[in-house]
Amino acid sequence: MKKKVMTIAVFIFVVFASLFTGCGDSTDKVTLNVYNWGDYIDEEVIRDFEKTYNIRVNYDTFATNEEMYVKVKSGSSKYDVLFPSDYMIERMIEEDLLHKINLDNIPNYKYIEPHFKNLDFDPNNEYSVPYFWGTMGILYNKTMVDEPINSWTVLWDEKYEDNIFMLDSQRDSIGITLKMLGYSLNTVNEKELEEAKEALIEQRPLVLAYVIDEVMDKMIADEAALAVVWSGDATAAMRENDDLDYVIPKEGSNLWFDSMVIPKNSTHKEEAELFINYMCETDVAFKNADYVGYSTPHIEARKRLEPEIRDSVVAYPNLEDLTDCEIFHHLGEDLKLYDRAWTDITAR
Amino acid sequence: MDKKSFIAYPYVVWMVLFIIVPILLVFYYGFTVETSAGVQFSLENFKRFFEPVYLVVLLRSFGLAAISTIICLLLGYPLAMILAGKDFKRKNVMLLLLMVPMWMNFLLRTYAWLTLLEKKGIINNFLSMLNLPTINIIYTTKAVVLGMVYNFLPFMVLPIYTVLSKIDKSVIEAAEDLGANSLTTFKKVIFPLSLPGVISGITMVFMPAVTTFIISRLLGGGHYKLIGNLIEQQFLSVYDWNFGSAISIIMMIIILISMAVLSKYEQIREGGGLL
Repeated sequence: MKKKVMTIAVFIFVVFASLFTGCGDSTDKVTLNVYNWGDYIDEEVIRDFEKTYNIRVNYDTFATNEEMYVKVKSGSSKYDVLFPSDYMIERMIEEDLLHKINLDNIPNYKYIEPHFKNLDFDPNNEYSVPYFWGTMGILYNKTMVDEPINSWTVLWDEKYEDNIFMLDSQRDSIGITLKMLGYSLNTVNEKELEEAKEALIEQRPLVLAYVIDEVMDKMIADEAALAVVWSGDATAAMRENDDLDYVIPKEGSNLWFDSMVIPKNSTHKEEAELFINYMCETDVAFKNADYVGYSTPHIEARKRLEPEIRDSVVAYPNLEDLTDCEIFHHLGEDLKLYDRAWTDITAR
Repeated sequence: MDKKSFIAYPYVVWMVLFIIVPILLVFYYGFTVETSAGVQFSLENFKRFFEPVYLVVLLRSFGLAAISTIICLLLGYPLAMILAGKDFKRKNVMLLLLMVPMWMNFLLRTYAWLTLLEKKGIINNFLSMLNLPTINIIYTTKAVVLGMVYNFLPFMVLPIYTVLSKIDKSVIEAAEDLGANSLTTFKKVIFPLSLPGVISGITMVFMPAVTTFIISRLLGGGHYKLIGNLIEQQFLSVYDWNFGSAISIIMMIIILISMAVLSKYEQIREGGGLL
């Protein structure tokens, strides 16, 4: 019996050991581990980088910030460059998971639109370099609405019963409601949250569905008049259906960023900075913006885009108009307040 | 257990790594809370589950799963009987037709229903072409039940079919010789003998139906939160792994109890069970 237990124990040890030790690199070539959102880069750019600098790039993708966070935090995989969103960067800075970036090594940082420097989540620009950005707003079908859309309150208009898509995402849906009521979308004030909750419960019978990714297809197929979407999706949907238009409501909205950062457990910080700098080269930033279709914070890259995208107010709204827009903050334990409210809204 | 049991070691390792360790982790998270003083033992998570909001979700999950299971049984049993019938020539074609959808990814099939059922979808376009009234079931509980029945029906048919096709034909002949009409034969002989298949069919449909979160998300349009959605939400958007684990434990207990009841029932009838 004892022998059996030992054998099993050895088995487990071997399996664990092989799971948690990466393969050693046999060549002298540096390998850079890059972890990005799925379909969020023109992969040709990676091959060019490998050729130019004789560095091997191990490219890996994630679907949510949380998935990325768990992997980095547990240390099970080592990465050198990550592309998290604003609130996640704030959280990672708070938990001391990120290296400070030496901007002297990133000369191309000068091309980044000044509005996108010193953002709330990284107030002194020590940890992150912006990659893409966007807003949240209402995508609407011009043939199905008969008034100018410019306020979140239209989502509470009984005329549009069963014609509204909301996001099945607690922070976003509660966030826009708070904005409509004139509060901050980062509030942890229970009274304000309660008010937002009541409003969303009242709105529920009007909502056709709470959706996530499928909203784009549904709006292209004329399934509803109004939908809450991110600007990147709006641009893509509007390309497919001319009747669609997008607006950032006057009460303000959410402004988001995906930025490049270097995690603390990276062993190739200099090469990582080289990579980030390369991503900010005009050519490269243009290729990525052209391929991905999201809004680039790179001034020169934007100038090279096709005029209809470059001058589109959807992808590139006038930054002066965005003063009412806020970036999500990491809320820590207070996030549970949002979850309670959201469960109360959707579980009944 | 003799010398050959070493063949089982890889599976034992697999089981320890991917079943026992995760379950222990679930229990660890379920029975603890994170406070400023560190991790503490607590029953807080379980207490929280018994608030009305969550009980509504639990009841809804069980209700929808039960309806789907009953529909699957009503549709699946006759089909299994036809398939197992000795005169049925196109049996292999039918079995293939039953299996083919299962070769495709579950998520893709559910997405397909989303497109079929939508307001201006294929089904409604066809109906309005024929000047028939259109159906509006997308984003309702009906669509959720439809999705469950569609996805899980083969799991009901196959075990019943297997059991039915193994029934000794001479038993049925004996019943007929003794003067039983076909209804009595079914009631007294065939159905009791097929009960093990029925019970494993019920388990195989009910379990995935009660825990699904993708069908309710896609076809229910997020209006009808099920227990699976609740668990997913705890892990992916609130990061409250403790509460998520506690809900999972409650689910495991309820499922274990129902399986125990089912297999007890089966043992009385037949002997040999699922557990």
